[in-house]
Amino acid sequence: MGQSISVRDLEAWYGSNKTLKGIHMDIALNNVTAIIGPSGCGKSTFVRCINRMHETMPGTKVKGEIILDGVSIYDQDPVALRKRVGMVFQKPNPFPSMSIYDNVVAGVKLNGMTQKHKLQAIAEKSLRMAALWDEVKDRLNYSGMSLSGGQQQRLCIARALAVEPSVLLMDEPASALDPIATMHIEELIRQLKADYTILIVTHNMQQAARIADSTAFFLNGELVEHGPTSDIFTNPSDKRTEDYISGRFG
Amino acid sequence: MRQSLNEGQLDLTKILKDMGEEVGKILQGCMQTLLSLDKDQADFWITEDQRVNDYERQVDDLCVRLIATQQPVAKDLRKIISAMKISTDLERMGDLAIDIAKIVRRIDGPLCKPLIDIPEMAEMALGMMRQGLEAYAGENMGLAHDLAEQDDKVDSLYKKVVRDLLLIMTEDPENLDQGMYLAFVARYLERFADHATNIGENVIYITTAGRQDLNI
Ligand SMILES: Nc1ncnc2c1ncn2[C@@H]1O[C@H](COP(=O)(O)OP(=O)(O)OP(=O)(O)O)[C@@H](O)[C@H]1O
Ligand SMILES: [Mg+2]
Repeated sequence: MGQSISVRDLEAWYGSNKTLKGIHMDIALNNVTAIIGPSGCGKSTFVRCINRMHETMPGTKVKGEIILDGVSIYDQDPVALRKRVGMVFQKPNPFPSMSIYDNVVAGVKLNGMTQKHKLQAIAEKSLRMAALWDEVKDRLNYSGMSLSGGQQQRLCIARALAVEPSVLLMDEPASALDPIATMHIEELIRQLKADYTILIVTHNMQQAARIADSTAFFLNGELVEHGPTSDIFTNPSDKRTEDYISGRFG
Repeated sequence: MRQSLNEGQLDLTKILKDMGEEVGKILQGCMQTLLSLDKDQADFWITEDQRVNDYERQVDDLCVRLIATQQPVAKDLRKIISAMKISTDLERMGDLAIDIAKIVRRIDGPLCKPLIDIPEMAEMALGMMRQGLEAYAGENMGLAHDLAEQDDKVDSLYKKVVRDLLLIMTEDPENLDQGMYLAFVARYLERFADHATNIGENVIYITTAGRQDLNI
C-alpha cells in the first residue's frame, strides 16, 4: 500500500544557494505524480529531500516539513525511512562488483534477511515486476554490468522494489532508454501504482501526460502549478506552465 | 522557439483564408446565377467545389502532420483541432452555396418577385464567414462574439423571407414552386451563416478552452 506525502514550506540549500523556495504540495496515495520543469529548477533536489538524501551532502540545509503517512520524516531514522521510500536514478547504477541476483537482493540482505529460499523468491518477484525476469533468469549470476542500459535500469527498479517500499521516487528513469524499454517502464509504473505512491521526474512531456495522474510544474525552486495531468496539458491555469509545456519557454 | 509548429499554424491560417475566399467566390457566383437565372452558369458552379475539397484535404493533412511530429498541447492543440473543424464548416458552406445553383436549374423564370432580402442574407452570411476567419487568424474574441449578433439578424431576415414567400404563394398558387425554391435558398443561406457562427465558437474555444453556443 502506498503512503501519502504532504510537503509544507520546504526550503533547501546547497551552501548559500537556495534551491527550493518554500514548496507546498500534497502527493496523493497510490497515484503517479510527475514533476516537470526546466533544468536546474530543483526537481532532483525536491525528490532527494523526500528520502532525506539531500541533507546527507556536506554544506546542504533543509527547512520545512515533509509528512509521510501522518509522521514527519525528520522524526524517523533516515535508514528506516529509505526502506519505505525507494529511489531510482536517471543513470542506471547497479553495484558493479555484484551479480544480477545479488544486486536485486542487496537491500533485503542489508535489512537482515538471510534465508536463501526467501531471497530467491524476492529476487524473482522483483525481477518479474520490473519486467526483466525473462531476459535474465538464465544468467542471474552474471555481473549486473553485463546488461544493456535499459536492462540495468530495470535491474535498479527491481532492486528498489525488493525492499518493498511504499513510495517510489524516480528521477528521469527512462531518459537513457530506447522507446521500447521506455514503454516497458511506463507500463510497469502503471501497474505499480496500485501498491505504491510514485513520484517521477521527467523531461519528457508526453511521458508525464501518459503515465501521471497529477503533474507539478517547478520553476526556479518554486511550485508554479500542480493539478490533474489532463488539466495541466489541456488548459493549464498559469501562463508559464502553458509556455513550458508547449515548448515556448525562454 | 517552436518554429516549425508556429510556421505550421501560420500555414493553416493561410489555407483556411484561401479556402474561405474560394467558398466566397462560389457563393457570389451562385447568387449571381440566381439573379440572372442563367442555367449554364448554374451548371458551371455546380462542379466548382473541387478546389474547396482540395483545401479541406490540405488542412487535414497538415493537422495530422503537426499532431504527429510536433506533439502540440493546450492552446496549440486546440488551434489545430479547430482548424480541422473550421475546414469542415467551410466545406459544408461551399456545398450550401452550390445547392443554390442546383435550385436555379429547377426554377422556371421569370421570378415572381424582385429579390431584395435574399441577396442581403447572402451578403451578411459572406461577411460573417470572412469575419470568422479573421477572428481565427487574430484569435480575436470580440469579432467571434459579434458573430452571434449578426447570426440573429440573418435568422430574422430568414423568417421574414419565409413569411413574405408564404404570402406570395397563398395569393397565387402559380407561385407555389418558385416560392418553395426560394424558401430553400433562404434556408441554405441561413445554414451558411450558422456555419460561420461555428467558426466563431471555435475561436472562443481556442482562446478560453471553454465552449459557448453563439447560435441561440
Ligand atoms: N551538488 C550540488 N552542489 C551545488 N549546487 C547544486 C548541486 N546539485 C544541484 N545544485 C544546484 O541546485 C539547483 C537545482 O538543481 P537540481 O539538480 O535539483 O535541478 P533539476 O531540476 O533536477 O535539473 P535537471 O533537470 O537538469 O536534472 C541548480 O541550480 C543546481 O545548480
Ligand atoms: Mg535532476
